[in-house]
Amino acid sequence: MPVWLSDHEYATLRAACAQMLPSGEGTPGAEEAGVADYIDGFLGAFTFDPPRIWAGGPSSGRKGGVAGFATFHRLSPLDELAWRMRLEGSQGKPEREFNGPVVGLQERYRDGLVALGADFTEVEGREQRRRLRDDEAFCELLWGHCCEGMYGAPEYGGNRNTVGWDYIDYEGDVQPRGYSDAEVSQP
Amino acid sequence: MSPSAIIIGSGPGGATAAEVLTRAGWNVVIMEKGRNHLLDPDDLTRPAEDYSNDEIKFISRYFLGPDPLVEPRAFRLSADDGEHTHVGEVNSIPTTVGGGGTHADGKVPRFREEDFGLFSTYGPQEGAAVDDWPLEYDELEPYYAEVERAIGVSGREGANPFAAWRSGPYPMPPGAPMYGAVLSSAAAEKVGLHPYEAPTAANSIAYDGRPACNNCGFCAFFGCPIHAKGDPVALLTRAMATGRAELMAETYVSRIITQGRRATGVEFIDRDGVTHTREADMVIVAGGAIETPRLLLLSGLDHPALGKYLMVHFQTIVVGHFADMRLHPHKGRSVTHVHDDAMVQDDRTRQAAVGAGLPWFRGGLVEHSGGGLPIMEARHSPWGRLHAQTMRESNLRERMWAFIMQGEDLAYATNTVDLSPSIRDARGYPVARVTYQPGHHEMAASKYHGKILQSVLEEMGAEWVIHTSSPGVSYHGIGASPIPESRHVMGTVRMGDNPDTSVVDRWGRVHVLDNVVVADSSVFVTSSGYGPTLTLVALAARAAHHLAGTAPEAPAAG
Repeated sequence: MPVWLSDHEYATLRAACAQMLPSGEGTPGAEEAGVADYIDGFLGAFTFDPPRIWAGGPSSGRKGGVAGFATFHRLSPLDELAWRMRLEGSQGKPEREFNGPVVGLQERYRDGLVALGADFTEVEGREQRRRLRDDEAFCELLWGHCCEGMYGAPEYGGNRNTVGWDYIDYEGDVQPRGYSDAEVSQP
Repeated sequence: MSPSAIIIGSGPGGATAAEVLTRAGWNVVIMEKGRNHLLDPDDLTRPAEDYSNDEIKFISRYFLGPDPLVEPRAFRLSADDGEHTHVGEVNSIPTTVGGGGTHADGKVPRFREEDFGLFSTYGPQEGAAVDDWPLEYDELEPYYAEVERAIGVSGREGANPFAAWRSGPYPMPPGAPMYGAVLSSAAAEKVGLHPYEAPTAANSIAYDGRPACNNCGFCAFFGCPIHAKGDPVALLTRAMATGRAELMAETYVSRIITQGRRATGVEFIDRDGVTHTREADMVIVAGGAIETPRLLLLSGLDHPALGKYLMVHFQTIVVGHFADMRLHPHKGRSVTHVHDDAMVQDDRTRQAAVGAGLPWFRGGLVEHSGGGLPIMEARHSPWGRLHAQTMRESNLRERMWAFIMQGEDLAYATNTVDLSPSIRDARGYPVARVTYQPGHHEMAASKYHGKILQSVLEEMGAEWVIHTSSPGVSYHGIGASPIPESRHVMGTVRMGDNPDTSVVDRWGRVHVLDNVVVADSSVFVTSSGYGPTLTLVALAARAAHHLAGTAPEAPAAG
């Protein structure tokens, strides 16, 4: 159940993410990592309290210590202004347009997903990739978020069960354990 | 009654001033426009637990600020570009309690003797304002020694054959060398260079109530989750423990209020947007080399040198690829080895400078470092069928080693910080506009030393090597951004004895305002090629001791 996108938009996003990060035999992709959920959760960050912008600290609990990542930081009034501008856009509100109108990520995603076509989930992969490449700006935006959803901390909704990190033999956050001096200095 | 000071900015300079003054019995208010993620809000004498190993939070989402949507800057290469060519991130240093100290990986070299006398040592350069500082290394050494103990610096005395003299050893031994740095140091020695363990403000052993670094790898651009990095958390917690410091986070100073030759206090805006004023005997400005001149301009200070001579280390970036090695640069403290050879003149360097049409040139400290983290690597990898394989092979993260030379940037009158005519921050104030481009000196030094660094990576076994720079320049042909990546920003509120050509005196005091002192890297006369932090901290300690009439602490006996 998507947090912010409509069911149809979410399905289109999922299909687009799966083209960018395809799954294979023994190879996790966007589907396994929940990359579309990461992006949907980011777009709908303000549907949570506190908003899901910054995971907490100092550790996730995966390598010992407290599971602090799960508690998101509260935003200051200035933080909230910045993140509402980034996600929602300025929407004609004077307090968000001190340097002119701002197009938010929600609008960019809505427009980008529409441009991929209502039948995007039904056409074959080659055609999906062609449509993605046709919209260079949206493709670049989506790719950046796909990378975050594949290789970011799982508390943000992607990299489910750390599949992204595991596949590339990366341990992710390592506090409070860290690395020994020998692990640092030797091959 | 104890004297009082308002300190604007809680980064390394402001924190140092607060620590020295409160120790001397002053009452200080530290006003920081960013949020407090450094100190425990329930007990400001203890570190907070907000930092984490989180690439999304620190790299993608501006956790340490500034957020360029609400606190942008404007940029242009020169006045010929019109009002600006870019609005957004420009040389952003964290806007948060602890300032630039929070995100730095803590390399804190001292300057050398000649760095304070560039004009006397080397002479002029056409088009540049090469000058001597109004103080010498010998005068600053006791303050270097005091702040190294205060923040906790690890290093090995005698490791760097070119280092300036020291009155004592480093407070801690060096930490574990990174595997890639072991290899690149060996290769550098074969080429005739002199690598050594980087002086680093990260604990190699438990020190001052903070734990030893556990090598988590989230060092450069991240706050330290266990506070093994001492700058400036050590200084701020110590100042708070005196009971004579008040920390006001999310407090935006909009103006220094002046009357004749004196400041009476400041006007500030609180987190809810309400404007207040506060008085003090002394105002200390420590906002960094971009925000400090901006505030002085917003306060109506008028001086022909204010905002001029912005310097940003010219970064020469030489990257090698090692197909058969996994260098795991994510383990360790980002940079454990450096070398100074590009700061030292020899016959070949002098000939190269003359060949480039210059009387002399200097490079800078060379950092031995590796690749980035997975999100960064993924962004630079292709999407689609080949992506997973590319990431698993990890050519950018695991198989790359690099040198970054922080090249000396000469002071040019045309490189400036002023107020943008049209761009505002969220509170409605004009943002800083940076006008900057490197000169012939920086590019010639980069070309020459870049080739030497290429030869080191080849000696190390690199399959291929590329050489680029930040800011990008046309001869590399790679299209790197003309906006400098360096966070080493200096100059703009130049220090000197002549009030006509400098904004502050040798103690950091504004020539025309008797009780306003600048305590950050904006007072630098030249940039050297060493990271500015320890020098700005030593200068801030010196300025604060001068105000308080105290002397730097001698090391404990034994």
